[in-house]
Amino acid sequence: MTNTAPVKIRAKDVKVFYGDNEALHGISMDVYQNEVISFIGPSGCGKSTFLRCMNRMNDTIENCRVTGSIALDGRDVYEPSLDVVQLRAQVGMVFQKPNPFPKSIYENIAYGPRLHGLAERKADLDDIVESSLRRAGLWNEVKDRLDQPGTGLSGGQQQRLCIARSIAVSPEVILMDEPCSALDPIATSIIEELIDELKQNFTIVIVTHNMQQAARVSDRTAFFHLGNLIEIGNTNDVFTNPQQKRTEDYITGRYG
Amino acid sequence: MMISALPADISAQSTDQLRVVTQRINNLANNFGVVADAAPWELQAAEHFRQLKANSALVLTALIAVIAAVGMLFGLLKITPALKARHQVERVVKGLLVLCSAVAILTTIGIVLSMVGETLKFFSYVPPTEFFFGTTWNPRFSTVGVGEQGSFGLVPLLAGTMMISAIAMLVAIPLGLMVAVYLAEYAPYRLRNIAKPAIEILAGIPTIVYGFFALVTVGPFLRDLGNTFGLTISATSALTAGVVMGIMIIPFISSLSDDIITQVPKTMRDGSLGLGATKSETIIKVVLPAALPGIVGAVLLAASRAIGETMIVVLAAGNSPALTANPFEAVSTVTVTIVNQLTGDNDFSSPQSLVAFALGLTLFVITLLLNVMALVIVRKYREQYE
Repeated sequence: MTNTAPVKIRAKDVKVFYGDNEALHGISMDVYQNEVISFIGPSGCGKSTFLRCMNRMNDTIENCRVTGSIALDGRDVYEPSLDVVQLRAQVGMVFQKPNPFPKSIYENIAYGPRLHGLAERKADLDDIVESSLRRAGLWNEVKDRLDQPGTGLSGGQQQRLCIARSIAVSPEVILMDEPCSALDPIATSIIEELIDELKQNFTIVIVTHNMQQAARVSDRTAFFHLGNLIEIGNTNDVFTNPQQKRTEDYITGRYG
Repeated sequence: MMISALPADISAQSTDQLRVVTQRINNLANNFGVVADAAPWELQAAEHFRQLKANSALVLTALIAVIAAVGMLFGLLKITPALKARHQVERVVKGLLVLCSAVAILTTIGIVLSMVGETLKFFSYVPPTEFFFGTTWNPRFSTVGVGEQGSFGLVPLLAGTMMISAIAMLVAIPLGLMVAVYLAEYAPYRLRNIAKPAIEILAGIPTIVYGFFALVTVGPFLRDLGNTFGLTISATSALTAGVVMGIMIIPFISSLSDDIITQVPKTMRDGSLGLGATKSETIIKVVLPAALPGIVGAVLLAASRAIGETMIVVLAAGNSPALTANPFEAVSTVTVTIVNQLTGDNDFSSPQSLVAFALGLTLFVITLLLNVMALVIVRKYREQYE
């Protein structure tokens, strides 16, 4: 499908240890530019862990160790000279639970651009806020109450606010860690449509427990099991014609 | 009953004399001894009184036994399969808890009322305007005479209290907050477990010990330090007391703030870090604002503690009730003055003593206002942040 696109992220033999416990047993995969790739698998299979390696969010967890290499545009993100702050500006993240800051809607969006000095004047910042909210499909709902707390929005709006917040720093990749697991079906479908649009400009890696969601939104799907990458391929192929027994069992609901 | 057993000529006396007589008999009965020899009829009456008491004790014991027996019988009869004992036990427990809270609240009310009464008495000697706006504090001693009353101006004392508290907060807020941030965000788990109780020990040191420390160590140190810079700093000054008090209240701020900062959800931090904020940016721009209401509460709690603090200022502030804006000079505070006015052999109905209640009430109102303010701020922000 999109396999002709350039490689955005290339992971090679990535192993993650929590203390002495090896949680990921050597994952290698490529993520292509402007694709939506979804990670599926039972709980505890390491898909979120792997996702969090891509922008080094695992750094915040004590005694977590990563070996192997993950290259963003050919550059290893675990290289000591790399600026984690810069990396995370390039690889944004949306979390499982909507986590808007306890600030106004405007401030939520403006937070990232301010950190990275993306706007020199107030007007520039206003533009960023508006365009981010527009791209997250939230502008019409909140344009009259930008000064209200972001925590006052509904769950689905909050999650779109969080997506807008990560768009605002113009990342290249957006990592989504079960972004819809705390949302109702309507809010979920809005976010899924949004993901479809965002793919024009961003590379999106999404972890999901919802296989229909993976089938709906992603170009390619990777199936994880017990810290191993079992199968990766075009979403259609993985869901209709899985190559591995375990993938088939999982997809057909025999375990997990 | 006892009086009826007395000789007729004595029981016919006036009530005042009767009271004296009863007291004598009472003392004899309790083997306290009385002035002068006891008359035979007195001894007799005492013996009679003792007998009566023994009897009444016996009767009381019997009565209690009967009540207990009836209670047991009642209880035994009540215990049937149909009895829903749990609900009743729950009700009793609830009642007990209500009673306990009531004791706490009623005590506060009682304290206020007793102070209000004495304060009103004080204001009958000294007009409130003179008390609240007077700038001289010179109460004289009641022994000097009634004609010259002295002046009871609150302002210099309040100024001293405020200055020392302000200095204390200047020391405690930055130190306490930074300690809290370090403990909550940077310190390794094991270090935190050791450091936090260690810092809390500061709050457990008796304040009189802080007073010594201020008087013997910090005061002279500050004075010498001032000398090297050509500043005149009294060994006992607002600065000395304020600095030491600030150290004392560090744990109030650090411990509470640490708890509050730790409670800020990890998802907030992740959100900020995920946007490429550094750790300190995350703390300053996300964690601290989210924790602000709690931190304000901690600070105000520490402030009311500082305002009400006594022993440190008694020893280290110099006790000089003069109106000054110079923190290097000796001052006096409301609490110190209360101690001064209530110690010694003052007459408790003189304005010199009563003023202590007026001062206490003023102090109480100030700390109450601080607490109310803390509550209001906390509530306002909580609405915004949830």
